[in-house]
Amino acid sequence: MTDSVSTAPLTTRSWRDRLNMPVVTAFGCIVVLLLLGSLYSPNFLSPEYLLQQLKVGSFLGIIATGMMLVILLGQIDLSVPWTLTLGAMMGCAAVSYGPAGQALAIPFGILCGLGIGLVNGFAVAYLRIPSMIITLAVNAVAQGLMVAYTGGFAPQDSASPAMKFLAAQSTFGIPNAVLVWIVVGALAVFVLSRTTFGRSVYGIGNREAAAYLSGVPTQRVVMIAFSLCGGLAALGGVLLAGYGGKAAQAMGDAYLLPAIAAVVLGGTSILGGRGSYVGTIAGVILITLLQSILSVMQMAEFGRQIIYGAIIVAMLLLYGRDKGMR
Amino acid sequence: MSEFRFWFAGQRGTLLALAIFLLMFSIYVGNHPAIANGGFTVDTVGDVVQTAANKGVLLALVAMAQTFVVLTAGIDLSVGMVFILGNCLASYIVAGSMPMAILGVVGVVAVGAVCGAINGLIVIFGRLQPIVVTIATGAVFFGIALWMRPFPGTAADFNSDLADALTGKLFNIVPASLVLLAVLVLVIWIPWRRSEIGRATYAAGSSEVAAYMSGMPIRRAKFLAYVLAGVFAAMGGVFLTFFTYSGEASASNGGTYTLFSIAAVVLGGVSLFGGRGSAVGAIFGALAFRAIGDLLFVFNLDPLWQPLFQGVVLLIAVSVGSARLFQVRNRLELFN
Repeated sequence: MTDSVSTAPLTTRSWRDRLNMPVVTAFGCIVVLLLLGSLYSPNFLSPEYLLQQLKVGSFLGIIATGMMLVILLGQIDLSVPWTLTLGAMMGCAAVSYGPAGQALAIPFGILCGLGIGLVNGFAVAYLRIPSMIITLAVNAVAQGLMVAYTGGFAPQDSASPAMKFLAAQSTFGIPNAVLVWIVVGALAVFVLSRTTFGRSVYGIGNREAAAYLSGVPTQRVVMIAFSLCGGLAALGGVLLAGYGGKAAQAMGDAYLLPAIAAVVLGGTSILGGRGSYVGTIAGVILITLLQSILSVMQMAEFGRQIIYGAIIVAMLLLYGRDKGMR
Repeated sequence: MSEFRFWFAGQRGTLLALAIFLLMFSIYVGNHPAIANGGFTVDTVGDVVQTAANKGVLLALVAMAQTFVVLTAGIDLSVGMVFILGNCLASYIVAGSMPMAILGVVGVVAVGAVCGAINGLIVIFGRLQPIVVTIATGAVFFGIALWMRPFPGTAADFNSDLADALTGKLFNIVPASLVLLAVLVLVIWIPWRRSEIGRATYAAGSSEVAAYMSGMPIRRAKFLAYVLAGVFAAMGGVFLTFFTYSGEASASNGGTYTLFSIAAVVLGGVSLFGGRGSAVGAIFGALAFRAIGDLLFVFNLDPLWQPLFQGVVLLIAVSVGSARLFQVRNRLELFN
C-alpha cells in the first residue's frame, strides 16, 4: 500500500467540519468586538492598542495553555490562582539570595509550580481523587502556605531584573511577554499535535479506559499534564510579578475563571478529548478584548461583571452546546 | 437484619460525617476557653453551642444548596454568589415591621429561586456543562449584588428583632438556627426525597440516559434541583444578614462559600459523580468542617496558620473520603 492511499480521507468531509466552527465563531466574535470598540473610539484599531492588548493577554494565554492541557484530559485545575501566586512569591523570594538567587529566580518559581502540579497530578492519576476536589484542596493548602510565609502581608521582595525584562519590556517593538507566549504556544502546538504525549492526552480525554487498553501509560500522562499546568501557571505568576514589580496576595484570583472561559470559548470541550490550540488563542484574545472594552467604556465594576458573565453564556449558547439525548 | 445492612450501606457517608462532627465538636467544646473558665454549666455550653450553630448553619444551608445540584451529577459554582446576592438584598428588604420583614425574607428566597431557575434553564435547554454555566452566571449574580451594595451597609430600619429571634436561643437552651435547619429538612428535604421528582433526580444523577429511557421526568427534576439550590443559597444569604446585620458584596466571601460548600458536601458523603448522598450528610459535613476550622481558635494558635491548617484538613478529608483506590478489583476498573 502506498503512502498516498493510506493518507487519503475515507470520506470527503464537508466544509463545515474542516473549518472547525467554534474557532471560526470565536474569531468572528473578536472581529465584532473590535468593530464595536472602534465605533466607540477609533484608537481601538491602532497597532499600539492591539499590541498592548496582546501583551496583557499573553499572561492569560500562558496560564490558559496549561489549563487547556488539563481540560483536554477531561479534568480541571482549580488550584491555578494560588499556584500562580506561589510561583510569583517563590520567584521573588529567591531574588533576595544574592546574584545566584537572582539568576535562578524564574526557574525556581516555575519549579515550585511544577511541584504543586505534581501533587495534583499524583492525586488525580494514582489516588483517583476527582480533580475538582483535590485541586480545590491543594489551592487551599497553597494559600495557607503563602499566608503563613508572608505573615499575612504582601512580601517585601521585589521582582528580579530578568522578570521585569521578560514581562514589561519589548524587543524590536514586540513586547517580550508576547514573545514568551509565542514560544509557549508553539511548544504546545508541537506537543499536542506531533508527539505521542499529545495524542495520548486527546485519547485519555475521549476515553481513559480505551487509552489504557491501547497501551498508553495513562496515569503518567495525566500526572505530567497536571504538573505542566502547574508550571505554566507559575510561569504566568512569575511574569505577572515582573509586570507589576512584585508579587502580591490574591494576584491569581482574577485568572482562574478567565482561563477556563478562554479555553472553553475556544471550542475545547469541557468533557475533554476535543479542542485545538488555535481556539484557545482566539478565546484568550476574546476575553482580553472583552475586559479591555468594558474598562475603556468606564463601566462600573458591577456592570462589567454582569456583561462579562452574560456574554460568556451567550457565546457558549452560540456554539458550545452538547448533543441532545435521543 | 439484612434490611439494616442495606440501610447502613446507604447511610454510611452520612454516619461517617456525623461521627467526624461529634469527635471534632467534642474536642472543640472540651477545650473552649469560655467553658474552661466559666465551668461546664448550661449557660456557658449553651452560648458556645449557639455561636457554633449560627456559623455552622450558614455553611449548612449553602452545602444543602450544593447537594441538590451535585445529586444531578452537576456542580453549582454560583451558590456562593447567590448567597452574597441574598445577603445584599436582605440587608435592604428585611426591614420595617415584623410582617414586612417576613415578606422581605420571602422576597429574597424568591430571588434565589429565580437565580436557580436561570441556571437550570441554561443548563437543561442550552445543553451546556453546569460548571461553565454557573461560573458565568455567578459573575452576573455577583455583579447585581455589587450594584446593590457597592459598600457594606444596612437599611436604616433593618428588623433586628427577627434577626435576633432566629440567631438566638429557644427557651434559653436550644439554638433557634438549629431548629430552623431541622424544620427545613422536615418540610423541604424529606418530602422532596420521597417524591417522584426527587427519585428522578437521583436517577438522573446516576445515569441520565437510563433515567431518560425509563421515562423519568429528568428535565423537571433537574430544573427543580437547580431552583432548590438557589432557594437554599438565598436562605443562607438571609441568615448571614441576620448574623452580621449588614450586606456586603464580597467576591472573596462568595468564592470561599462555594469552595466550602463543595468541601462540606464531599465530607458529608455526597458523591460528586451524582446520584448518591443526602442533604443531611451535607449538613453534618458542613458542621464538621466548621468545627475543624474553629479548632485552631480554641487551641489559641497564631491565626496566620489557620488557612494552612484548614487547607491541610480539607486535603486529608477529601483524600480519605474519595479515594477509590481501595475498592477496585482490577486495574481497568480504575478508569470507569
